[in-house]
Amino acid sequence: MPKKKEILLKLFTSTFYLSMFTFGGGYVIVSLMKKKFVDELHWIDEQEMLDMVAIAQSSPGPIAVNGAIVVGYKLCGALGALSAVIGAVLPPFLILSAISGIYTLVKDNQIVSAMLLGMQSGVGAVIASVTYDMAASEMKEKNILSVLIMVGAFLANWVWKVNVVLIILICAGIGVIRTLIGERRERNV
Amino acid sequence: MIYLQLFLSFLQIGAFSFGGGYAAMPLIQHQVVELHGWLSMNQFTDLVTISQMTPGPIAINAATFVGTQIAGVPGALAATAGCVLPSCIIAAILANLYIRYRNLKVMQGILGSLRPAVVSMIAAAGLSILISAFWVSGAFSLAASNIRIRSVIYFATALLLLRKTKLNPIWVMLLCGVAEVLFTLVAT
Repeated sequence: MPKKKEILLKLFTSTFYLSMFTFGGGYVIVSLMKKKFVDELHWIDEQEMLDMVAIAQSSPGPIAVNGAIVVGYKLCGALGALSAVIGAVLPPFLILSAISGIYTLVKDNQIVSAMLLGMQSGVGAVIASVTYDMAASEMKEKNILSVLIMVGAFLANWVWKVNVVLIILICAGIGVIRTLIGERRERNV
Repeated sequence: MIYLQLFLSFLQIGAFSFGGGYAAMPLIQHQVVELHGWLSMNQFTDLVTISQMTPGPIAINAATFVGTQIAGVPGALAATAGCVLPSCIIAAILANLYIRYRNLKVMQGILGSLRPAVVSMIAAAGLSILISAFWVSGAFSLAASNIRIRSVIYFATALLLLRKTKLNPIWVMLLCGVAEVLFTLVAT
């Protein structure tokens, strides 16, 4: 691991850069962060990344901001969280204050909307690719309950539009029950 | 004082929007349009459009937009600070608990059950983006005439590039955008 100062700087520049490209909602920054911090820098592993997304989901506020805070905190404590969050917030802050006066011009611009439409496909591909990697590493454990949770959470989220926080709470509950049953079994053996 | 008002309003938005962008929308509308009348409903609709066009979470975009309109850059700073503060406190506390107790058996069980759920939720978010990219109407339908073939081609190419080359995902996203811009320019 590099020195603390270097991590802080890298955290700031990474979240700034990633946040500049989070078109299409919070999960885009999660996907980009996974590429950057897990695959490229190896600062966190894939399971930790999923844990951090769960934490980001359970906290109020935007997922992109929460994700930056959690990753920053994990890597470098409170200072890390601070530099990551400033990095994540600055791009939208700068862009919005810059176009706040001329927003009607931007809103009706055909080239801008074409750019955005095209990027949607790219964003979808980035998320699809990261989801595939994450799902594959979950499946490797060959745990039936995990697969059931995956399918159940997808249906709850996508088909039945259940609140994300509720899904997290229910899955946490399943986790507690799973642990208790596991321990009882161990004791009986 | 307007700065304090902006700060407190966005503090509430930040503290009570669980579950990401769309969950924050009604809260923002309530505070900004109904309670304080900082934006008209039309301006709010513009704000939502602008938020979708620019990077970053809608709550941060809203804070900056409203702050700038009402009280200039200091107003934007106050609103953004308010919006981010609850996240900072709560997410940092949870991260701290995670680091401290992650090796406990119960925590292992909880996290082990959350991970597959998180994968599903990311998948669902990706799917909704793709549906609005692929279908002209923005919603899933079986009518083939409704499908934008170009978008499907961008997606397939992007996925191929991501899986087979080491190309940075940000470049892949931008390439798709540029392709559609070129197409629009040639078509018109």
